[in-house]
Amino acid sequence: MVEFDIKPIRVTNEELIENRFSNILKGNHACAGCGGTLAMRIISKAFGRNVIYVIPASCSSVRQGFIPKSAMACPVFNTAFASAAAVASGIAAALKYQGRDDVVPVVRAGDGGTVDIGLATLSGAAERQTNMIYVCYDNEEYGNTGYQRSGATPPGARTTTTPIKGKREFKKPVPVLMADHGVPYVATASIGYVPDMYKKAYRARRQIKNGFRYIHVHFTCPPGRGTDPRDCVGLAKLAVDTGLRPLYEVINGKRYLNGISKKQYLEPDKYMKPVEEYLKYQRRYRGYTEEDVELLNRYRDRYRDLIKRHVKYTNPELEEI
Amino acid sequence: MTEYKVLSGSDAVARGVRLSRVGVIAAYPITPQTHIIERLAERIEAGEYNAQFIPVESEHSAMSAVIGASLTGVRAFTATASQGLLYMIEMLYRAAGARAPLVLALANRTLGPPRNIRAERTDLMATRDTGFLIFFAKNNQEALDMVIQAYKVAENRDVLMPALVSLEGFILTHTYAGVKIPDQEIVDEFLPPYKPPVYLDPKRPLTMGNPMPPNMHHEYRIDFHKRLLNAKELIKKAAKEREKLTGRFTGDLIETYMLEDADVVLVSMGTIAEEMEVAVDKLREDGIKAGSLRVRVFRPFPEEEIRELLAGRKHVFVFTRSLSPGSVGNGGQLAMEIKASLYELGDDEKPKIHDVLVGLGGKDVPYSDLVKIVKGVI
Repeated sequence: MVEFDIKPIRVTNEELIENRFSNILKGNHACAGCGGTLAMRIISKAFGRNVIYVIPASCSSVRQGFIPKSAMACPVFNTAFASAAAVASGIAAALKYQGRDDVVPVVRAGDGGTVDIGLATLSGAAERQTNMIYVCYDNEEYGNTGYQRSGATPPGARTTTTPIKGKREFKKPVPVLMADHGVPYVATASIGYVPDMYKKAYRARRQIKNGFRYIHVHFTCPPGRGTDPRDCVGLAKLAVDTGLRPLYEVINGKRYLNGISKKQYLEPDKYMKPVEEYLKYQRRYRGYTEEDVELLNRYRDRYRDLIKRHVKYTNPELEEI
Repeated sequence: MTEYKVLSGSDAVARGVRLSRVGVIAAYPITPQTHIIERLAERIEAGEYNAQFIPVESEHSAMSAVIGASLTGVRAFTATASQGLLYMIEMLYRAAGARAPLVLALANRTLGPPRNIRAERTDLMATRDTGFLIFFAKNNQEALDMVIQAYKVAENRDVLMPALVSLEGFILTHTYAGVKIPDQEIVDEFLPPYKPPVYLDPKRPLTMGNPMPPNMHHEYRIDFHKRLLNAKELIKKAAKEREKLTGRFTGDLIETYMLEDADVVLVSMGTIAEEMEVAVDKLREDGIKAGSLRVRVFRPFPEEEIRELLAGRKHVFVFTRSLSPGSVGNGGQLAMEIKASLYELGDDEKPKIHDVLVGLGGKDVPYSDLVKIVKGVI
C-alpha cells in the first residue's frame, strides 16, 4: 500500500484557462473539435513538465504531425499497439536505476490500445505496481482507422464493423478491472466535466507520487459520432448525466463517486436523465430501436451494480466537485 | 587475475551481462533460455548486482520494456528462444527503428508444432531482416565474450542498432565447459558506460517515431543497411582492442581452420563449426585437403571476406541448421547467402556449392556425419 496525503483540490474554469502550459501544441494534426486533444491539454496542465510520454498506435500518433516536426512539447516515444505499458515499465525501471525520481512515464493510449490489444500489457504493469501513470482516452471506437467496433464501444452503437444491427454486447468495464488490481489510484473522467478531470490528473501526479495510477477519460469524437465539432463537450456531459459514464475514483481501495454521479447513485429518479437524450444527437445511434434503449438501460444498471459493489466509503471533503 | 570457471552457456551469458554492467533486464521464461535470467534475477535480489529486473508478462513486453529502458539511456538486456522470439518479433523491428542498442540473447530452439525444445536455428532466421546485428557463438567462452562485444559495437554512434547473440539451446545453454572470465576492470576499460547521443529527457524534449513521409522514410530505411555495414570494421576493431586487453583474439566476422591450401571447404555457424574442425582433421588424415570457415557474424554478413576466401576452391559444403521451405536449393538460408556472395566470381573461380541441411529439430550432428557427407560427394 502506497502512503500519501489526500487533500481536496479546488480549481475553477478561469484558473484552467489562465494556465497556458500544455504539452500538446497548436497546429497539431487533430480533427476539428477533437475531444481527445482537449483532454490531453487539460491533463498535461496537471502533469507538468517532468513526464515522458509513451504513445501506442492511436489518434495521438497521428496528432503529433509528420517528422521533422512535432506538436509535442515533452519527450515522446511512439510505440507498437500492444506494448505501451511495457515500454513505460522499462522507462520506469531505467529512471529508478538512474535515480531520476522526479520524472514519471505516462502512457497515453486509446480505448482499443487499452481494453483490447493492450489489456494484458496494462494488467502486467499494474500487477507489478510500476511507478507510472496510464491514461486511457476512450472515444468508444477505433477512431483513427475509421470508427470500427472496440471492446469499449457501448451497446447499440453502429460502427463500421457493426453497421446494421449495432453492437449487442456491453462495454468492457476496464476501470473496475484496474481497481481490482489493487493499484493506488483509479479514476474515470470526462471532458464534459473539465475541472473534475483536471483534479483527477492532478491527484494522480501530485498527490499520489508513487505506484500505478490509471485514469479513464471519456471523450467524444465529432467525425465518429457525426456531430458538430462544437458539441463534443456537451455530448460528453450528456453521457455522464444519463448515467452511462459515471465519474468515480478509487483511492487505495476506497471508492468515491464524484459530483453528479454521486447524486445519481443516491437519487436516480431525480438526477438520472433518460438515455434517449444522449442517443438522439449521435449518428451511431441513428434509427435506434426500443431494443437498443432497453439494452443500454440494462448496461447502465449492470455498471451501477459493479460500482455499487465497490462504493463503501465516503469522504465529504473529496466529494466537492 | 583472470578467473577460470566451469560454466554452462547460460551462466556464461549471464556473466557477460553482469560484466557489461547492464542496468535494466526484462524477461519472460522460456526453455532453454531460463537459466540466463534466473542467474541474473538471483544476483540482483541477493544485492550483489546493481540492476533493475522486470518480470514481464510476455516476450512482447520483454522487448518493449528493454526498448523503453534503452531509450531512457540505460544499458538493457533480454533473452528468449523460439516461440518467444516470434512473439516479440514486432518489437525487434521497433528496437531497430528506434535505434535502441540493446542486446538480446537467443537460445536457439525448434519452432513448433510438433513440440520440440531442442536446438534448431530457424527461429534466428526470422530476425534476419529486422536490422539487428547478429552474432553466433560456438562455445560458452564465446557466448560470454560476444555479449560484451555486442554492446561495444551496437552502442557505437556509427552503428547505434540493437544486437542479438545467438547460442544453440541445450548444446551450449545446458552444457558446462571451462570459461575464462575477464576482470571487471578490463571489461570496464573495453566497454565504457553507455552514453546515448539523445535520450528521453524532459529537459530536452524530443518526439521519437511520429509519422514520417514516404520519401524521407526511404532514406531512413537505407540508413539501417549502411549502419550495419559500418559495424563490420568496428567488429574487427573491437576484436583487436580486446586482444590488447586480454591477450586473446576473439571476435572477427569469420573464423577459419586449415583453410590456406584447402580444396574442400566446410562452412557453418555455431557449434557445428567445432565439429567441422574435427572433421577437417579426419579428412586430412585420409588425404583430402579440407578446411573450414565459420560465419561468426551473420548480420552484417561478411560478403567480401567470404568471396575472397572461397574463390578458387573446388567444393564448398554449407551445413545449415535451419530451413526456408520452398526456397532455392535445399532451403538452407546460410547456403543462400553464401551463393549470393560468390555470384560475382568468374566461372573459373566459382566453387561447387553443396547445400546440406543438418541437425534440424535438434538432431545431433557429430563430426563423423560431416566426414561421411563430404566423402559421399567427392
